[in-house]
Amino acid sequence: MFVRMIAGALFRQWKKMLMIGFTIALGASLATAMLSVMMDVGDKVNQELKTYGANITVVPKDASVLNNLYDIEGEDSSGAYLAEDELGKVKTIFWAFNIVDFTPFTSTNAVAADGEAVKVTGSWFNHHMELPTGEELDAGIRNLRSWWEITDGTWIDEQEGSNANVAMVGTALADKLGIHAGDTLTLQGNTSDLSLEVVGIFDAGGDEDDQVFTTLDNAQTLGGLDGKVDSIEVSALTTPDNELSEKAAKDPGSLTVSQYETWYCTAYASSICYQLQEVITDSVASPVRQVADSEGSILEKTQLLMILITILSLIGAALGICNLVTASVMERSSEIGLMKAIGAQNTSITGLVLTEIIVTAIIGGICGFFAGLGFAQIIGHTVFGSAISIRPMLIPIVAILVIVVTLVGSVPAVRMLLKLRPTEVLHGR
Amino acid sequence: MSLLELKDVSKIYGDLHALDHVSLQVEQGEWVAIMGPSGSGKSTMMNIIGCMDSPSEGQVLLDGIDLTKQSAKNLTTIRRDKIGLIFQQFHLISYMTALENVMVAQYYHSVPDEEEAMEALRRVGLADRAKHLPRQLSGGEQQRVCVARALINYPEIILADEPTGNLDEANERIVVELFHKLHEDGTTLIVVTHDPEVAEVAQRTLVLRDGRLDHEIINENFTGEMKSRQVVSIDKS
Repeated sequence: MFVRMIAGALFRQWKKMLMIGFTIALGASLATAMLSVMMDVGDKVNQELKTYGANITVVPKDASVLNNLYDIEGEDSSGAYLAEDELGKVKTIFWAFNIVDFTPFTSTNAVAADGEAVKVTGSWFNHHMELPTGEELDAGIRNLRSWWEITDGTWIDEQEGSNANVAMVGTALADKLGIHAGDTLTLQGNTSDLSLEVVGIFDAGGDEDDQVFTTLDNAQTLGGLDGKVDSIEVSALTTPDNELSEKAAKDPGSLTVSQYETWYCTAYASSICYQLQEVITDSVASPVRQVADSEGSILEKTQLLMILITILSLIGAALGICNLVTASVMERSSEIGLMKAIGAQNTSITGLVLTEIIVTAIIGGICGFFAGLGFAQIIGHTVFGSAISIRPMLIPIVAILVIVVTLVGSVPAVRMLLKLRPTEVLHGR
Repeated sequence: MSLLELKDVSKIYGDLHALDHVSLQVEQGEWVAIMGPSGSGKSTMMNIIGCMDSPSEGQVLLDGIDLTKQSAKNLTTIRRDKIGLIFQQFHLISYMTALENVMVAQYYHSVPDEEEAMEALRRVGLADRAKHLPRQLSGGEQQRVCVARALINYPEIILADEPTGNLDEANERIVVELFHKLHEDGTTLIVVTHDPEVAEVAQRTLVLRDGRLDHEIINENFTGEMKSRQVVSIDKS
């Protein structure tokens, strides 16, 4: 009988129920879209931030101690070095697939032909690597310094192989030395001299404009640092930090076994750093503070925006439901009055009306959920240029939100139901 | 003990006395009509007897239960168990068939029983219209469904509010005939009506005026047709 009454009410009032379902679908679709984007925005922002360079630096343990003592950042060096032959291990850690790029640096001082002291940094530019996993990677500063503007000439192409004695010079130093792309730069290093062909002049907008960048081998030769590396910059896809990752970053030993497993198997910056330290001998890996802070700040603001839009859309849906359900109850007042007159208790009638609304909400919610997934993909492609991944936990969250909003929206109608007296609606003449 | 007893009952809205110190008794199996002009307090009295309203003063006893001391929830239960209601405007649920409209009363009382509901429709001559929606039934047929719904739970009293108010003469006769049958079966009937022809077939007619019981007419030779009437009391106080 209950089912017959529900079905009858739904079909009889299909237009009103359609409106209620549509309102719920609209709210659910916005909530689904916003929550999907919010849950995935961490990874998206991460990917966006990759264009701003590395987010992890690996330095020798001794250098790190000095840097920490004197609060020096990005400065080298202390005479401590990493081993070049361990660079390949970076792509062997548990989160190897999240390492999208990395490059080593070796710096040394040299003297130009006119007696000008210059800092020479050796690095990879587009160093081709064939990994044991079968993966191929072109690693180097060409990707990690995507903001460099080449004002004259081109980037060094390590894969061309015709001439290894090449260099790029920062705009400030090039002006000082009066050199251009195509010129030859003669440098006198600690242990040997090198004549390098300047293939490009770059504008980095910082200290690097006063430096010469060349291949790792050239810098090591100039400085007599064969097989030695000052630091490694790593660009990794990371999961935004939370309480667990912050706790682990301070002291992984403070974690319980299960916390440790969770942390180790999640791509937090701190767990990736920890794993890098495991494979690079006597190294300290740490997140780049500015990038991590920017990521956190952008993420927080974006998520707050998403939450506000979700809340507003749900409030809108609740108001819409409130109006429609109240109108529906008013329209059916004589039917409800009759039910009360023939013995229905308030709980029975409230249950009946709420069941009708909840059935409508479920149908509307399912439609809205799938529409929301579509909206999320549109947002993903429009804003981030890639698809938004859908988290399974979204389903219970949206389901609970839809039910709560529907019930909250039905409160005024239920209050009206409870107050309705049969005598007020049954004796109309 | 009377089935229904009103003792000095008043219903007051501000300065208006919708019912003013009314006392009456209705015995088990009695057929009573309540008449009076508009505003005389008929509907108020029906609401109080039907557990849909409470008096401002006085006491109402139904089957020994003091209705004035009951909570709203208890009044609903008493109404469900002891009273069958018939309305002028039928109040059938529009999206349910005649049979389902009868079963709704069973559903809120106990357990729906399609056979029993069909039997109730058969008693009012509508077995062949069981699957019809209210809009597919005439006014008289709708009122007969309303009667079937009122009697399905075997109430102690059937309260009818202007049951023939929206019916033509032929359907009015059919409904009155149904009341006769119910009365013969021992059902207590209280019928509020404007229609003297409907009132005069009752055993007793109570006439209200300005919230007071003005007088009472007894059909001494009640047999289903009125043969004589006698005014037994006039309260002009």
